[in-house]
Amino acid sequence: MNYAPKFDRRSFVIGAAAVGGGLALGLRLPFGPDIVRAADGSPEVNAWVVIRPDDTVVIRIARSEMGQGSLTGLAQLVAEELECDWTKVTTEYPTPGQSLARKRVYGDMSTGGSRGIRTSHQYVREAGAAARTMLIQAAANEWKVPASECSAANSVITHQASGRKTTYGKVAEAAAKLEAPKDIKLKDPKDWKIAGKGLKRLDTADKLTGKQVYGIDIKMPGMLVAAIKDSPVRTGKIKSFDAAKVAGMPGVKKVVQVGDSGVAVIADSYWRAHKAIEALPIVWDPGEAGKVSSASIAEFLKGGLDAEQAFVGNKAGDAKGAVAGAVRKIEAVYSYPYQNHATMEPMNMTALYTADKCEVWGPTQNGEAALAAVSEESGLPIGKCDVHKFLCGGGFGRRGRVDYVRQAVAIAKQMPGTPIKLIWSREEDMTHCGYHPVTQAKLTAGVDAAGNVVGFHMRISGQSIAASLAPERLDPDGRDTIVFQGLTPNSPEGNFGYTFPNLLIDHAMRNTHVLAGFWRGVNVNHNAIYTECFIDEVADALGQDKLAFRLKFLKPKHAAVLKAVADKVGWSTPAPQGVYRGLSQYMAHASYVAACAEVLVSPQGGLKMHRIVAAIDPGYAVNPAQIERQVAGSFVFGLSALLYGECTVKDGAIEQTNFDTYNSLRIREMPKVEVIVMPSGGFWGGVGEPTVSVAAPAVLNAIFAATGKRLRSIPLMHEGIRTA
Amino acid sequence: MPTLIVNGQSHNVDVEPDTPLLWVLRDTLGMTGTKYGCGIAQCGACTVHINGVATRSCSVQLSDVAGKEITTIEGLAANGVLHKVQQAWLEHDVPQCGYCQSGMIMAVADLLKTKPKPTDADIDAAITNICRCGTFQQVRAAIHAAANA
Repeated sequence: MNYAPKFDRRSFVIGAAAVGGGLALGLRLPFGPDIVRAADGSPEVNAWVVIRPDDTVVIRIARSEMGQGSLTGLAQLVAEELECDWTKVTTEYPTPGQSLARKRVYGDMSTGGSRGIRTSHQYVREAGAAARTMLIQAAANEWKVPASECSAANSVITHQASGRKTTYGKVAEAAAKLEAPKDIKLKDPKDWKIAGKGLKRLDTADKLTGKQVYGIDIKMPGMLVAAIKDSPVRTGKIKSFDAAKVAGMPGVKKVVQVGDSGVAVIADSYWRAHKAIEALPIVWDPGEAGKVSSASIAEFLKGGLDAEQAFVGNKAGDAKGAVAGAVRKIEAVYSYPYQNHATMEPMNMTALYTADKCEVWGPTQNGEAALAAVSEESGLPIGKCDVHKFLCGGGFGRRGRVDYVRQAVAIAKQMPGTPIKLIWSREEDMTHCGYHPVTQAKLTAGVDAAGNVVGFHMRISGQSIAASLAPERLDPDGRDTIVFQGLTPNSPEGNFGYTFPNLLIDHAMRNTHVLAGFWRGVNVNHNAIYTECFIDEVADALGQDKLAFRLKFLKPKHAAVLKAVADKVGWSTPAPQGVYRGLSQYMAHASYVAACAEVLVSPQGGLKMHRIVAAIDPGYAVNPAQIERQVAGSFVFGLSALLYGECTVKDGAIEQTNFDTYNSLRIREMPKVEVIVMPSGGFWGGVGEPTVSVAAPAVLNAIFAATGKRLRSIPLMHEGIRTA
Repeated sequence: MPTLIVNGQSHNVDVEPDTPLLWVLRDTLGMTGTKYGCGIAQCGACTVHINGVATRSCSVQLSDVAGKEITTIEGLAANGVLHKVQQAWLEHDVPQCGYCQSGMIMAVADLLKTKPKPTDADIDAAITNICRCGTFQQVRAAIHAAANA
């Protein structure tokens, strides 16, 4: 059953195609005698900053926007250093093809792991600062004064001595001809005026009127629409389909096979394509995987809980020995299911293929991987392909994959010259995901006579995302380090918060044919449940206060966020009558986060999630108002997963097909979320995902406080819990 | 040929009568502000007003709505002035990805017609749209703001 990973060369295609390798960031590019111009003719001061004669500042955003707000945050960082008028800022996405043609001038364009800002803040700020220096220099040259006598603020350059003023729009043309400065000094974040402020998003207005164009809304002259059905069992193959049965249906233009597992109907409208694909007789061979079920997967994983062989993620002392010799042993087994991202906008992509060019338009979190996929699938050189990114209607990791991009190209290739928009039905989307990995964990703690934890062992058994999607990211011995998010000894991405003298955290890798994928939070969601619920169990077994017990072992920054939520919630004073509290903390995506949940549980299992107090230390807070929104939203995501998130497998296929069987939290169920944003400086942490991790354990621990019952299997809808 | 009245304009629509209103709007009339999310009236992304009542357009057929007054997100702002719900959404910076917000706004606009000052319980009962980004806290604040506008 253990499903062997297949090496995928896609992520190397882009690197190899970028001549010279490495990043050649926009501001360091040697400019030739000709100014680089934007499509409307306005000059690029550098690759990131275009200034129009009317003083409009166009900031290029290399990362994808899917609601997380980094488009606004990145623009704030550039604008801060540029000293431009924020009200005149607009943004645009360069294409991956343009980036590649300019030696990857925009660096990594992928957007996942809450990395959008934290891995590009340095060079985008430098781009803003470099552009400002060049604009000031251009004005100084015009006035024949030293640049050091001039300053810039709000897109206006002033020569103090003479009082002369000009605007960015007037000198941009001259600035674009200058050499980029060699030494760039960035502002101290203490002095930020645009960054660090809770500014409104730049991309709201069109979302309120129906004007915003998402990939699914794309219209092109002569465009046709495709609906698809891929094998319900991921590794299955097409045996046969009867195109003649639907050829005469209204609007149907063509029925095409897609790869060796899918069939698509191309029609003149989505609904007609959808009706025809529903009516199309298709027979698949599910292969061996057709025998797999959730029960067989659970049994397979269970075998990993006590298996000899396991990859070590964190080790100190001799945990197993210490537990064996302890006066008291506490043990618990937890489990976490497959879950779908369920972005509100289903997967879609529009492709146009001709003999010498292939382009796609649509939502993607990984424009460069999409570009490589277009090239491979079309068979055209990468220089003849491009990807036009659109605002994603939700991403959550799902759109980092390129399966739907490949399909769109494979379909368009069978009708050269005609743009074809592929739209997945919700049913296709639910059943063809890279699912949040399925895992189980056995946790064991040994305690001495004085009530000290002398040994702690966490054995995770389950699926590896890297093995599913990116085997090149596995260690040479096969270990997947991503499995240990938030559990490692000393990783800036997320280290284990507790210092126990004897500690072992290891992973028995158990892969199935069901594809695992990156999901908002990735592995921290289950890792945090395992850690924080079990710590709660140990504290409880020892009769210790849940906060004091944690603080005894927590590292300082982990402790600080936990203390902040405890203070705000009033941990030291009793909760109101009938209200029970649960704590949790974690380090995820380089940020420190904590939460305290307050819940009420009726004797019948009616759960009311009353309030969550959450804290996040992301190092630097580029936009505190948007961070609050991300944190609040992350609880909707994390609590949906806790209550309802489960994709089960029957005969090798995913059983849930739509929101009626894969539910998501509604407004009536959402707790009030109070957010403490407490950036402590000195590091850059992520924002969109980290607090997803603390949502479920805080609520689970609060449910225990209310009921005395430990719920160790997700989702809670199977555990007698429903929302009141 | 059935006639649809959308945002005050009549359209003759030549498609199969069982076509869902959602896809008539999107595919036939090119009005893509109304979104497809589930197709089974679960998520509410496709909410429009039919004779003034918030309705999930994915689950209403063309033949059911011929001759009725349909308002979509594109028609909510009258004469270029944002509806008070849209205005409150703008002021509270509600949308994240924004994909569900057309439906959310249409559902709220209907709620405020029937309950001009909704309580939290009224909101909980009436607004059942799914938002995977999780904007509910801002949605609730903006509904109260719109009610008091």
